[in-house]
Amino acid sequence: MTTATDPEGGSFRLSMLIYDSRYRSATIQIVALIGFLLLVGWLVSNTVQNLADLGKSVGFGFLSEPSGYDINQRLLDYDSRDSHARASLMGLLNTLLIAVLGCIMATIVGVIVGVLRLSNNWLIARIMTVYVEMFRNVPVLLWIVFSMAILIETLPAPSAFRGDEPAANMLIADSVALTNRGVYVPEPLFGRMDEEGNPLTWRQGLGDVHLFGDAWFRFDVSLELIVFLSTLIAGILVSRLIGQRADRIQNATGVRPKTFWVRTAVIVVPTLIVLWLMGFYLGKPALRGFNFDGGTHLRNSFIALWLALSLYTAAFIAEIVRGGILAISKGQTEAAAALGIRPRRIMSLVILPQAMRVIIPPLISQYLNLTKNSSLAIAVGYMDLTGTLMGITLNQTGRELEAVMMTMLIYLGISLAISGAMNVYNNRVKLKER
Amino acid sequence: MEDLSYVRTEMLPERDPPASEVGIIGWLRMNLFSGWFNSILTVVALAFIYFILASIIPWLWSPTWGAGSLSACREIIAELGKEHGGACYGVITERWQQLLFGFYPEELRWRPILTFIGLFVAMAPVLFSDAFPSKMLWFTGAFLFIAPWLMWGGPIWTPLLVAAGPALGFVGYRYLAPVIGNLGAVIVAVLIPILFWLFLVGPLSSLIYSIIPLGIQIVESRLFGGFMLSVWIGVVAIAISLVLGVILALGRQSDLLIVKYLSVGFIEFIRGVPLITLLFVASTLLNIFMPPGTNFDIILRVMIMATLFASAYIAEVVRGGLAALPRGQYEAADALGLDYWKAQRLIILPQALKISIPGIVSTFIGLFKDTTLVSIIGLLDPIGLTGSIRADANWNGIVWELYGFIALLFFISCFSMSRYSMWLEKKLRTDHR
Repeated sequence: MTTATDPEGGSFRLSMLIYDSRYRSATIQIVALIGFLLLVGWLVSNTVQNLADLGKSVGFGFLSEPSGYDINQRLLDYDSRDSHARASLMGLLNTLLIAVLGCIMATIVGVIVGVLRLSNNWLIARIMTVYVEMFRNVPVLLWIVFSMAILIETLPAPSAFRGDEPAANMLIADSVALTNRGVYVPEPLFGRMDEEGNPLTWRQGLGDVHLFGDAWFRFDVSLELIVFLSTLIAGILVSRLIGQRADRIQNATGVRPKTFWVRTAVIVVPTLIVLWLMGFYLGKPALRGFNFDGGTHLRNSFIALWLALSLYTAAFIAEIVRGGILAISKGQTEAAAALGIRPRRIMSLVILPQAMRVIIPPLISQYLNLTKNSSLAIAVGYMDLTGTLMGITLNQTGRELEAVMMTMLIYLGISLAISGAMNVYNNRVKLKER
Repeated sequence: MEDLSYVRTEMLPERDPPASEVGIIGWLRMNLFSGWFNSILTVVALAFIYFILASIIPWLWSPTWGAGSLSACREIIAELGKEHGGACYGVITERWQQLLFGFYPEELRWRPILTFIGLFVAMAPVLFSDAFPSKMLWFTGAFLFIAPWLMWGGPIWTPLLVAAGPALGFVGYRYLAPVIGNLGAVIVAVLIPILFWLFLVGPLSSLIYSIIPLGIQIVESRLFGGFMLSVWIGVVAIAISLVLGVILALGRQSDLLIVKYLSVGFIEFIRGVPLITLLFVASTLLNIFMPPGTNFDIILRVMIMATLFASAYIAEVVRGGLAALPRGQYEAADALGLDYWKAQRLIILPQALKISIPGIVSTFIGLFKDTTLVSIIGLLDPIGLTGSIRADANWNGIVWELYGFIALLFFISCFSMSRYSMWLEKKLRTDHR
């Protein structure tokens, strides 16, 4: 059967571009495209003319000029003689650092709070509700500046740690100092040295490898870290092999051999031996003069940003986790209980795997939000991408167009990468339906 | 022996449930002490609550409303002999007007207050459609033009002329539709108000004003500040972005490939970058993108970027609403022979927008909280004002009271909005579960 809604044949008239459904969609699309191109062209021509009026040209040469500013918290070596490109790289790494640490902490806190909100205990559930509402309904920027102000105003100054009866004490066996200049924590070091720099034992670290010479993207790789990580990963792989063997035995005989201690030992023992061989020790911070020396110095800006971002995002994650668990019907729990599975295993084997499918998509968008919100670092002076490339570099070079555009593109890249990676994972855990 | 019977013929009276299962004791046993682990949790929670309250309540109770500086506060507190110290409310007494209104002229503050009240009246028929007559929607429409005039001031002719734009467009559509056909008339009807607003409203308004000088005092945007600025940016951005967002959502759902990819590109770009970068575009780049000589003031530029930002998020919310409609609704509209726009206007959008109201409200809450970011580019919203207050010699070192006050303002507004959205979600859920 043929249905002809439009008359066939006939000569082509111009009005058919609008009234004939065969041509109309093409017409509209071409008009939209032309409109869009006109808009872009208009913006570009305005920009070109404005820049010409200001006597500026568009170029990225400024990136290789020396930056001339210092970055007080950084992951790689950098000084003010390095280029703007390296300064931006430091900023990008700081953004990624706060994003990764923030996501980890937000997930941990969020899952705990979300589960506790469903607790049978009325008081605990109410406390968690108060936490969620308190953090969700106040702007994250306020939390960030608030945390920063609290850290600066309420923590003791380093001088309070001095003297025989100091006003403040270091925590955890004299290894952590909370001061109004930041938090000092022990740092992992290899190979003890005496005062003159001579090794005290035969156990020394392996040193660093410098990659890429003098380029702006040069970085040092710590060989100790590589050895440590590869031992750890090897241990985990062996442990998984043992787990698979236990699975096979369970499938064949129905009895699962007890492997927990062996699996833990396979991971822990070699790692500890390797650390001992490399002369691992913790360098504790100590008060010298007016300030603490040694250890890792986490600045207030970093701590405030980290705490505020992760606690804020955790409130949203808690709601997502709670919603995900509630979405699994009670019949699942009852069916699992009827099969004789113990309550804790019901959670890990039956409820959580199903809840994950509901939880993961909104969780991805929370991770994205946290990463984007990390750009608020500029409010407390943490030197992330916004503070370096879009902050000081922009102000020093006057390259607004290039700096802002590059920053936007980098953030866009990070966002797309996170959502891409998470979508791959999401597809793997998705319910496989026929 | 007829009355011998082994089956009881009358019911026994119902016994009361055991005392441990009902009343306060039963509730306590059920919810707080149902097992040793739960009991430990309860004790820990009680200790935690006691610790928090014991440190906060004495601090909160502090008669320092009249103090003129932090040191005056400390003297009052020292006289009372409070060991944990106390709050210093003097800063709020002194600065609350600034935190609410910024530097808006004091004698004109009735205008933002009136706008704020009007906002509620205008929103009522939209948000509580059952309780208020739909005739109030006329006020909502008029309020779109009254509100900016009240806030910024100027001749009364400007809002009237701005409102005349769409009317002119409609008249144009009526007269041109028979002559040049429907589609052409629609394009003209859209173009007329835009051209009218761009080129005619300004000169016409000042012309009429020179004849009949009827107006209120102009307030420059740089005087806007405080909580009022946050609300104003949020409301304007959401109101405009609703229109843009619906268009973008329709574009994203459209069958026209180019239109679809343009919409997707815009939405994903905006959603992929932080708002702060868009605000930097507003503060540093927007003047470069505009024709030479154009000079927007910074608040207007921020509003433009906030609107674009919000419209991408609204578009995603509306798209969710469109996708949630059963396929049959689209097919039924087609079967009735409605064209695309009629189908959208009469069948699809009324339903899709209704189910997206909770999402729109949460987008608004998010945007409202994000308006605090304008402090980073130097606008004086509440957080921007804290900088100057804390730098003031009188209030140097004040933290909790100031930020606590701002946090309370935001908490009250955002919490009530989120409760509203939850209430609405419950009301809209028509399936019986």
